[in-house]
Amino acid sequence: MANKILEKRILRSDLFYFVAEASELAKKAEAGQFVIVRADENGERIPLSLANIDPDRGTISLLVQTIGVTSTKLSTLNVGDEIKDIAGPMGHKTPIEKYGRVILVGGGFGAAPLYPIGRAMKEAGNAVVSITGARSENLLVYEKELGEFSDKVLISTDDGSKGHKGLVTEVLKQEIEENGADLVIAIGPAIMMKFASLTTKPYGVKTLVSLNPIMVDGTGMCGACRVSVGGKTMFGCTDGPDFDGHLVDWDLLMSRQRTYLAEEKKAMEAYTRGSAPSS
Amino acid sequence: MVETKIREYTKEEIKEIRKTRTPIPEQDAVARGKNFEEVALGYTEEQALREANRCMACKKRDCVAGCPVEVPIPEFIQLVKVGDFIGAAKKIKEKNSLPAICGRVCPQENQCESLCTLGKKMEPVAIGRLERFIADYERMHGSGGGENEKPKPTGFKVAVVGSGPAGLTVASDLAKLGHEVTIFEALHKAGGVLVYGIPEFRLPKAIVQSEVDGIESLGVKFDLDSVVGKLYTVDELLERGFDAVFIGSGAGLPMFMNIPGENLNGVYSANEFLTRTNLMKAYLFPEYDTPIKKGKHVAVVGGGNVAMDAARTALRLGAEKVYLVYRRSMEELPARKEEVHHAIEEGIDFKLLNNPVEIIGEDGWVKGIKCVQMELGEPDESGRRRPAAVEGSEFVIDVDTVVMSIGTGSNPIIPNSTPGLDLNKKGYIAADGGGATSKPGVFAGGDIVTGAATVILAAGAGRKAANSIHEYLMSKVKN
Repeated sequence: MANKILEKRILRSDLFYFVAEASELAKKAEAGQFVIVRADENGERIPLSLANIDPDRGTISLLVQTIGVTSTKLSTLNVGDEIKDIAGPMGHKTPIEKYGRVILVGGGFGAAPLYPIGRAMKEAGNAVVSITGARSENLLVYEKELGEFSDKVLISTDDGSKGHKGLVTEVLKQEIEENGADLVIAIGPAIMMKFASLTTKPYGVKTLVSLNPIMVDGTGMCGACRVSVGGKTMFGCTDGPDFDGHLVDWDLLMSRQRTYLAEEKKAMEAYTRGSAPSS
Repeated sequence: MVETKIREYTKEEIKEIRKTRTPIPEQDAVARGKNFEEVALGYTEEQALREANRCMACKKRDCVAGCPVEVPIPEFIQLVKVGDFIGAAKKIKEKNSLPAICGRVCPQENQCESLCTLGKKMEPVAIGRLERFIADYERMHGSGGGENEKPKPTGFKVAVVGSGPAGLTVASDLAKLGHEVTIFEALHKAGGVLVYGIPEFRLPKAIVQSEVDGIESLGVKFDLDSVVGKLYTVDELLERGFDAVFIGSGAGLPMFMNIPGENLNGVYSANEFLTRTNLMKAYLFPEYDTPIKKGKHVAVVGGGNVAMDAARTALRLGAEKVYLVYRRSMEELPARKEEVHHAIEEGIDFKLLNNPVEIIGEDGWVKGIKCVQMELGEPDESGRRRPAAVEGSEFVIDVDTVVMSIGTGSNPIIPNSTPGLDLNKKGYIAADGGGATSKPGVFAGGDIVTGAATVILAAGAGRKAANSIHEYLMSKVKN
């Protein structure tokens, strides 16, 4: 078995960055694709975006935000441990070409896949502007990483502790008005992607979003990841994950993402009880 | 050696036992509706001997013609009669690598048993139950060894895509011929539909695992979490030194009806519903992490074996009421009679001659399924009477969960990533009787060629493809 963890960085109390050995996957994966991960033998299959792909080193990177049981289990793994299952690369790659001026919008967890996408966009000859945000400066991640390839990185915080005080969508609007854009790529929570798409729509700027519906197999076999795009039902895993943000039925996506909220809570309680040190 | 006491039947006794087939012990219908344990418990030795003695060992051997892999049925039954259960197992395995599975899930009533000579006057010999008994006996008592002599390596390498019944059969046959076989499986567990689709109560996963272990012991390598078409393309497998590739990736693309409300929370494809339950063990949640909505009132749409599996699974997950909505009548129901019988026994409510037209929701969740009554007209191209909606007959069944089990299509991952691979009109891979495709060195079989069918047809296609692949590889030696 491969999937050995070579590096682990704690970016924030709830954000863990892993570099794992996956030489075949690293040869094949491209920016925008994702993997299906299982933490252990009883584990659930969850999709995770590829935060970096290094074919030379034979590694992939994953950014894990502790939300549910699987992500919490993953967060407890350390260098030298193996991730039980990593399957992929799933989905289509992001279409990389020379668009002109590309704006990337992402926050926290969502900033991860923007890294390989942004780098590829830059290499393809685009001017790249990254916009990222957080509630407060101390919760901000990935600013440095996005800076590696971006012509500029714009920040917003809810409390104004860094950059613009307010939402990333406000920064996005201002950037489009001032400098224009040929393509916007927004990746993050559905609500953020929804409002980023609503922001760009009046300007007619093509907006790609990377959808994150619930999945099981990730190969088109189960249909759990049904999303509605332009009135047509599509599979997030095999038709996506990138879609035209102006055509996505966001309310449906957000509703379907809530399918197992009650169960997720129950699972987390059971996990916390089970993993709590007995005293 | 295991001593088996053979009960010898007199002529008079045989005359008597031929009248009715030996019943198979089953879990009580009420009790089993609440657990995932196997429904049919299997014959005892005494029962197997009784049933074997019903076989007339007739010259016609029509049963063999009814078997897609031509198991030498009368011969193995003769061995059962004399108590040589291990011999019987070897006899079956000459033709069928997966007897414990086929003995459980084959539609014998439409195959071997439908042609049984005894069955023309009385009930046919319970061939499937005997096959299951023999396979289980062998698994529990050991095979007596001898059959695992390592064949001489041929030096050829074969990649098998998918570890369902087709892939497992190809791999097993080719390994026994001395080829080096690697199975590439997209999921984290080997077995394909045998582990994600068919429920525990019909096919215990320990039995699938034991068959997989057996194939692994032949030297077959399993490369799990490997999605061919994504991680490696078929062409890349050939470039990497595989001399032939067999595609047995199954019919993994769930169909929906395209009616309003199908994306509401609580609407599942049968594939998802069964995968969550079987492969991911959601019935053991939260011991296992994967959840499933345990509906109180569940409607399963469709009439095939998968629909029966989904309905009976919903019941076992704790549903108070499970409806099976099917647009034709009981006569056209494509599921196996035994499964239908079991489903009825367990209290599944068959809403026949009804077709869903809308799934009704509230706050994003399923509240009901609106159906229209159907009547049957003239036969269509499938030979079944075409159902037509009765105007103004709409009604709503209150349900919180809907499982769409109306079939599957061809999964596009391999076709889209394999240039030069011809498809048929429906998008399945075009292959000849031996599994050869339009692409040299590439063979295919099972549901990815035929569309959704049965385990034994896939296994049969696997066997034929293994022969073709062997021939293909051996012809390379000569050149």
